[in-house]
Amino acid sequence: MKVTMFHFMPYRDLPADFPPKGLASAWVDTPWWQYGDASKVTDYYNWSIDELMLAAKLGFDGVGLNEHHQNPYGFMCNPNLFGATLARMTRDQGLDHVALVQLGATISSCPPIRLAEEYAVLDCLSGGRLIAGLPTGLGNDVSISNGITPMEHRERWREGVDLMLKAWTAKEFFAWNGKYNQLPKVNLWPRPVQEPHPPVLIPGAASSSTWDYCHDRDFPYAYLSYFGGKSAEQVMDRFWARAAAKGKDANPYRASFLQIVGVAETDRKAEEEYGKHVEYFYHKLLHLPIGYISPPGNADYKSLLNIFLSGKDLIQISDFTVDLKPLKAKAMIEKEFVVVGSPATVRAKLEAMAKRLNVGHLMVALQFGSMPHAQAEKNIDLFGREVLPHLQKIWEDQNWENHWWPKTLRKRGAQQRERATA
Amino acid sequence: MVASTIKTISIKHCNFEAKVKTAGSGPPLVYLHAAGGPIWDPFVEGLCGRYTVYAPHHPGTGETARDSIYAVESLWDLLLIYEELFDALGLGAVPVIGTSFGGMMACEFAAHRPERVSKMVLLDPVGLWRDDAPVAPYMLMPPDKLVATLYKHLDSPPVQAALKMPDDPKQVAVITADLVWALGATGKFVWPIPDKGLKKRLHRVKAPTLIVWGEDDALISVVYAKEFAARIPGARVEIIEDCGHVPQVERLDVLEPLVRKFLDA
Repeated sequence: MKVTMFHFMPYRDLPADFPPKGLASAWVDTPWWQYGDASKVTDYYNWSIDELMLAAKLGFDGVGLNEHHQNPYGFMCNPNLFGATLARMTRDQGLDHVALVQLGATISSCPPIRLAEEYAVLDCLSGGRLIAGLPTGLGNDVSISNGITPMEHRERWREGVDLMLKAWTAKEFFAWNGKYNQLPKVNLWPRPVQEPHPPVLIPGAASSSTWDYCHDRDFPYAYLSYFGGKSAEQVMDRFWARAAAKGKDANPYRASFLQIVGVAETDRKAEEEYGKHVEYFYHKLLHLPIGYISPPGNADYKSLLNIFLSGKDLIQISDFTVDLKPLKAKAMIEKEFVVVGSPATVRAKLEAMAKRLNVGHLMVALQFGSMPHAQAEKNIDLFGREVLPHLQKIWEDQNWENHWWPKTLRKRGAQQRERATA
Repeated sequence: MVASTIKTISIKHCNFEAKVKTAGSGPPLVYLHAAGGPIWDPFVEGLCGRYTVYAPHHPGTGETARDSIYAVESLWDLLLIYEELFDALGLGAVPVIGTSFGGMMACEFAAHRPERVSKMVLLDPVGLWRDDAPVAPYMLMPPDKLVATLYKHLDSPPVQAALKMPDDPKQVAVITADLVWALGATGKFVWPIPDKGLKKRLHRVKAPTLIVWGEDDALISVVYAKEFAARIPGARVEIIEDCGHVPQVERLDVLEPLVRKFLDA
């Protein structure tokens, strides 16, 4: 299995009474001038980069970044700024085994031709180590923070992906006469190192139309849930059923899963050390109303009807089946929203999860919520030494080809990993 | 209840199959609905006693195909659809009443084809913007906040009647999905700021215009009444006291005679 350390880059010092009564959302509505401190963000950004670099040194297969706006949950306005930093730093330190998993730039709210260029730059800078995430993005990021009409969100994404792929691969000049992009003459400089283009990755939140999109194009899918492997079972079962129905094999590398993880010496210690950061993440940072995630026009009519007829709202469809606020960390650990425990516990749970969900890529968030830098380093270190080597062996006994990882990094096996971290 | 029919009209522009609710008798009058989709309320019903009311459904709402909105890419498309629709219905110069989003569309149409609108009534229309009185972000509100913003007296019998849902949960689900979709389908022409250049076009309006505003409109402040009036030549403003965004529901008793008098004059 390929294991990536994923970072949200959150605001780590929101006050204990956040969110105050009446604050509708942590996203969009949290006043920077009241809660934000730019000098703290200087630390956060630099710590986050250090944390990802530590993971790279410990032999993780990838480092992962994403894009969000106007919120304390994670504020990488352009993941490629940080991707470029990591491309250079990993290269300088001889960590050329590490993939850059850009999960990624939000296509609907940025000129896709610019993103095609930026991804090509990252692929060149890193010597062909880019995985190009192509997310549809959250409604609030695209439509509120960037003003895109909700009804155009998905159309813009589809057109943007097509444009990017063509811009990377065309061996001729072409004009693009799209609904949202018109370009008189496309001739991208540079092109990516990887041929025909970097592996792509489509993140999603359990929408069947996204699965079909992936299967029809042989793109891999990253299920981004904060509710753990158990709640993902039903979703991933349907993903694989859909794959089978479309004649696709059960190659686990078609799928990625994101998991929040905390490791300490014992289960009890882990619960004590990570509990408050778990609650900070779920209670404060995930304070995001459904009307923001999906403003009217964002979800198509058929989906709306399904949602309202099934009596579930959009949040529930994404497995937000419970009101998070009353849930204590202990309950969230028990429900396995988060995997928190000793190395042995975490190993066992993640292995079982990967096999049950049939996922070949695991993204672990090892810094989450208010977790301070030193604790994040400890978590990454323990995970890297005690858990990672075990997980990386999963699927190696099976002969699946990972078509969705940079070619030069695919064959990195156990021996090479040991040499790299010796 | 006045007998009504749904007219189906094939529009060449955008291949749109238009649906127009038609009822009443007398000279023609066009009624344009709000962002939440077509509603047939006592106000419209009352108009049917004296007019043949044509109430087109915005693409994607009411009786129209839900996906029909995708092909309508711009305000320009939408206006050309309305123009073709007026032609198909044989409407020469007719009175147009528009409420909220429909008020904006009435203005747009009256600016685009001034000779096709004989009189215009605007009920708390959207379409202009002032930084010191921003239009409330109604598309982002949870349902309880949205209704609290729309109405001044939530508990009053007419508001309660307007908000009443059927008992069948399936019907409620369809109504809710239709409402969210209608907000998205109309939102295509006002997101994220409902200021798409109407302020530059309003001077073209030739129709005598009555602007009606609920004094306590929390969705679009009453200060906009003056903004519309300042740009529409000869427009008259009537402010209705103790009333929110929807005078036709909250103060039908005041609105009805105002509109009748204006249309009869």
